[in-house]
Amino acid sequence: MSAIPEKVHAAPPGAGKVFYALLLRDLVVNRRELPYFLLRTTLQPLLFTIVFGFLLPRMSFVGRAYSSALMPGILAMSLALSSMQSVTLPMVIDFATNALEDRLLAPASIRVVALEKIAMGILQGLAAALFVLPVARLVMGPIDGLTLSHGIEIAAVALLGAATFSALGLLLGTAISPQQIGLIFSAIIGPMMFFGCVYYPWTGLDAVPVMKYAVLVNPMVYVAEGLRGSLTPALPHMSLAAVLGALVLLTAFFCALGLRSFERRSIA
Amino acid sequence: MGLVTAAVKTTQLRKIYPAPSSKRSPAGKPPAASGGAGAKRPGVVALDGLDLEIAEGELFGLLGPNGAGKTTTIGILTTRVRPTSGNAVVAGADVTREAVLVRRRIGVVPQRPNPDRNLNARENLVFHAAYFGIPLRTANARARELLEKLGIVDKGESKVDQLSGGQQQRLMLARALIHQPEILFLDEPTVGLDPHGRLAVWELLREQHQQGRTIVMSTHNMEEADRLGDRLGIVDHGKLLAVDSPDKLKARAPGGTLIQLSLDGEASAVVPLAGALPGVSRAEANNATLLAYSDRGGELIPALIRAAEQSGRTVKDIHLSPPSLETLFISMTGRKLD
Repeated sequence: MSAIPEKVHAAPPGAGKVFYALLLRDLVVNRRELPYFLLRTTLQPLLFTIVFGFLLPRMSFVGRAYSSALMPGILAMSLALSSMQSVTLPMVIDFATNALEDRLLAPASIRVVALEKIAMGILQGLAAALFVLPVARLVMGPIDGLTLSHGIEIAAVALLGAATFSALGLLLGTAISPQQIGLIFSAIIGPMMFFGCVYYPWTGLDAVPVMKYAVLVNPMVYVAEGLRGSLTPALPHMSLAAVLGALVLLTAFFCALGLRSFERRSIA
Repeated sequence: MGLVTAAVKTTQLRKIYPAPSSKRSPAGKPPAASGGAGAKRPGVVALDGLDLEIAEGELFGLLGPNGAGKTTTIGILTTRVRPTSGNAVVAGADVTREAVLVRRRIGVVPQRPNPDRNLNARENLVFHAAYFGIPLRTANARARELLEKLGIVDKGESKVDQLSGGQQQRLMLARALIHQPEILFLDEPTVGLDPHGRLAVWELLREQHQQGRTIVMSTHNMEEADRLGDRLGIVDHGKLLAVDSPDKLKARAPGGTLIQLSLDGEASAVVPLAGALPGVSRAEANNATLLAYSDRGGELIPALIRAAEQSGRTVKDIHLSPPSLETLFISMTGRKLD
């Protein structure tokens, strides 16, 4: 259809190469901000660890067994919330200032830009969890039933959990205006944390059956229960198959919505 | 069409933005559409059937007032705005169906600098080059060369927030050129620049033009359009009103000097008397402004003032423009450029 002769280009980059360059940019930027990143994403879980995993057991308000239920929950919270925030917060600002434009002009589908953001969110979620795990263990002392022997299950839950929340972060990042950014913390993160089986196992909700089924809409439940099932398999937890199934579905769901919303925001 | 290949070709390009919600609407937008086929609520018509053809190697200027549709046109041509209907082909690729191919071949300078604030000036260039698959060493060398040409080489390692607005705008130009695009798009590139920065940009654009690069820029600066453009397109209300070389356009300007009288009331009352004055080739009213084209330059001012007073109007201000793109523009659109 065009008579324009192909100009000489230094081998036009494919989508993979563009993706890699975008990822490299985010890695460079995030490495510089690593201390702030860790402070932002892990301080809160660590404070909870100190109060619920160290002080309260010392005061004998909760039994030692509580640490076993709490540890995977705290880890789930760090993993999920850092994944989400790492995608959402910069994106809200980038859309408001149009600073994403140089990446939207990259010679690849707009989706590549969005998928790279999800990938970066996953990496940041995993980094936060890897930082919190040893510190929490140090604060809480020995934890009954904790084992790292189910490596594949741990990795699968962590990866899918981070993917679910990164994709959710993409959706929120495209849907929220800078003026509403406080809402993320009060209206979304708050309920997600408190009704996400972070501080108690899902099976404990047998005591309040309505809650037991109502909390199933909360994606955090599956991350927390999945980590319970893989880190403390001897203790009561939701079935791992159900957890993995739910996380796959949720990731697909949030990805579909997030990508669509991202494209709408990117192209007027 | 013709022997010269088109770098840009649009056919009946229309863009209707959804009606702004209760939030404030962008200033100076053209009136709302009266609900096209299937439209439930009226939107804002930014482009209303724009046909444009720009040849390879041309330096083309889109001239028009704010809200004329210049930014939307550039937005569509650079794949950042989806046309409502019609089509546009850039560097041989369709902007909607082959957006990736288009992006591969263009460089874009936005209206307001939008650098990546997490990177320093040099990194802004090097990473942008990386998105286009350019190896680091080449990118660094080109970045240095561009920063030097634009007089900001000493700012290479500075955070972009430490650059002035004009320096940031020049950084945007460097960013648009680092991957050596076939076509360079600039949306009002010199708006925030001081005279010195403006000259540096013009210089660089001329140089790029001489090297054969196609350049499409929008502007509402007459001088810029006049001095730089091979051809100019005059746009208003989303339509192309005229397209030609600056000299030919100026030759089309209605005869003589344009005298504009600002009155204390509707100017139409003065038109019959003013139009009958010897030496006035044409007189028209635009609300409270009387536009009179004079064959005798400013000599007719006293007679025009008398005509206004005889028609019961008081003259509050007088503006004189020699025949120029500006007088042509005013005669075509009824309003000034800025």
